[in-house]
Amino acid sequence: MRPDNVLRSLARGRVGVIGVPYLWLLLFFLLPFLIVLKISVSEMETVTFKDLVSVKEGVLQLSLRFGNYVFITEDDLYFKTYLSSLKYAAVTTALCLAIGYPFAYFMARARAAVQPALLMLVMLPFWTSFLLRVYAWKGLLSEHGWAYDLITGTHLDSLLAAAGMIPAPGQLMNTPFSLVLGMTYTYLPFMILPLYSTLAKMDLRLLEAAADLGATAWVAFWKVTVPLSKAGIIAGSMLVFIPCVGEFVIPELLGGPQTLMIGRVMWDEFFSNNDWPMASTVAVVMVLLILVPLAIFNKYQAEAQEARR
Amino acid sequence: MPAPNLQGTGPASGEAFLRIEDIVKDFNGHRAVDHVSIDIAKGEIFALLGSSGCGKTTLLRMLAGFETPTAGRIVLAGKDLAGLPPNQRPLNMMFQSYALFPHLTVWENIAFGLKRDGLPRDQIETQVEAMLKLVQLGKYGRRKPHQLSGGQQQRVALARSLAKKPQLLLLDEPLGALDKKLREETQIELVNIIENVGVTCVMVTHDQEEAMSMASRIAVMSEGRFLQVGAPSDIYETPATRFVADFIGNVNLMNGTLTEDQPDHVVITCADCTHRVGHGITGTQGMEVTVALRPEKIRVGCDEPAGGHNRVKGLVKDMSYFGSFTVYHLVLASGQVLKVSESNTERHGNPLASGDTAWASWSPTSQVVLTT
Repeated sequence: MRPDNVLRSLARGRVGVIGVPYLWLLLFFLLPFLIVLKISVSEMETVTFKDLVSVKEGVLQLSLRFGNYVFITEDDLYFKTYLSSLKYAAVTTALCLAIGYPFAYFMARARAAVQPALLMLVMLPFWTSFLLRVYAWKGLLSEHGWAYDLITGTHLDSLLAAAGMIPAPGQLMNTPFSLVLGMTYTYLPFMILPLYSTLAKMDLRLLEAAADLGATAWVAFWKVTVPLSKAGIIAGSMLVFIPCVGEFVIPELLGGPQTLMIGRVMWDEFFSNNDWPMASTVAVVMVLLILVPLAIFNKYQAEAQEARR
Repeated sequence: MPAPNLQGTGPASGEAFLRIEDIVKDFNGHRAVDHVSIDIAKGEIFALLGSSGCGKTTLLRMLAGFETPTAGRIVLAGKDLAGLPPNQRPLNMMFQSYALFPHLTVWENIAFGLKRDGLPRDQIETQVEAMLKLVQLGKYGRRKPHQLSGGQQQRVALARSLAKKPQLLLLDEPLGALDKKLREETQIELVNIIENVGVTCVMVTHDQEEAMSMASRIAVMSEGRFLQVGAPSDIYETPATRFVADFIGNVNLMNGTLTEDQPDHVVITCADCTHRVGHGITGTQGMEVTVALRPEKIRVGCDEPAGGHNRVKGLVKDMSYFGSFTVYHLVLASGQVLKVSESNTERHGNPLASGDTAWASWSPTSQVVLTT
């Protein structure tokens, strides 16, 4: 093949390789999202939706109903629910980071021979059903479950009650505490894995250089290790925060009446109220809420990419 | 025979600024550094030269505090460094391939050590600016390391390691990451900066040219020991052992027997030729020795030289033209190959070709006689 032919076929191959995931996203994300967006501005006609565009007496009519969006801003239940979803997601992310960072750190600094085994242990919970594991917490946290006995036995529950995580000592299930516990437990591996991969890649001579220049181990950690693992911290936080905001199963199983989560509201709108336009509106607003941190993340990634070149 | 110049050699002048006393380092039963002692004077640039795995880097890391000696003492300016962690030692290291902090700018990299000392802001600024000026990177303070060329990164690393005005500067393969042309330029610049600052310096290198052109003294290391310590010219012109002669530069080694012992010269008979060695050599007749002869000290030509000693006939097997000089490989009668390096002082002045018979000759002061 002549060189320009090679280049052309390479370019074609690249288009193919990049094109497939884009086509996937187009078909299974953008298109459904547009449908949801359409439903959110449609009017219900008993069991069907009214067409957005119609021809009435020879006039082309476009009817968009923004009432649901207005309603969301007026009814402070939605506002409170979004806020509390973001709050629980943020608390979960912070807890995952606090637990996951030392975990990933010691894993990355362990002997090379044991690292694959430690990595395996982090991923081991994925081998059992997610639903089963969340259900198991129900048993552990309800009265006379051993987690319950442990927490009440050590009087940790009074501490939790003081922090407002449970309504009163002795009540662990269906509280903000059980919800955050379940989400932290479930999403912890998503925090650990990206952190581990950035920490394991780190050039340890940089720590020697820091020590040589007079830094104590603690200072070297904060001035060198933490900034260099920023990409892992952001990736892990996004992987925990984004699914937590829209989480439905864990709040349904472990949360209580106090723990407002947007996923449950959406479920109610779809299946209890059968109000699809309202449910779609709730979903669209949630996507927008998640897009903001995602955009920040992407911007940071692009900058990091730029910096690596 | 000259007494081989071995361990425990004192500094070139003055009293020891850095004293390394009988240092031993074992790693899981493997001895990396084996009873090494050396005194280094203030202001010296001392090179540890050896191939990889000879223990030179381990010795440097013990100076920096990253490794703890199994036995022995390190004393810097009268103070025993034992028990001092790296961050409390009054020395700084320039790391191999620099270990610059990738998330910090050039300015912040240089300021890193100063900030750890808790210096006031204006003092840090003055010192960083002075360092940037010293390495001629005044305009590059705001760049990140990855935005600099290899040579510039090397200068940032030097500035960072000099910023705290260390008593001792450690250089780990300082030019190893640079290409050949840049390396030659940087060698001179680096020595100039170090001498300007006046810091005592211990460097580690596997590159003999780097060691010879930069250091005031060199220790040739092998298997954890110092084989020879001396000025670059001493090591090159009077190597103490076959290993050192062979390791530093190119050399022809010929085994022979001492056959004539006169007050002003000795004669050594080898397989292909006889050596008359005219400089203060004494020995006993019948002694087995090795004669080391550097390729550039041999002349080569078509005509038979006068005299019976210090000449040999051979067949030109290979010629390698390097521009400023040509290396000939002469096959001698015994089959040994004699390397001869002729400098090309004239254009087109090359009378020899492959397959020619040629005569090689050398002066009676050019050989080194080795017994070990």
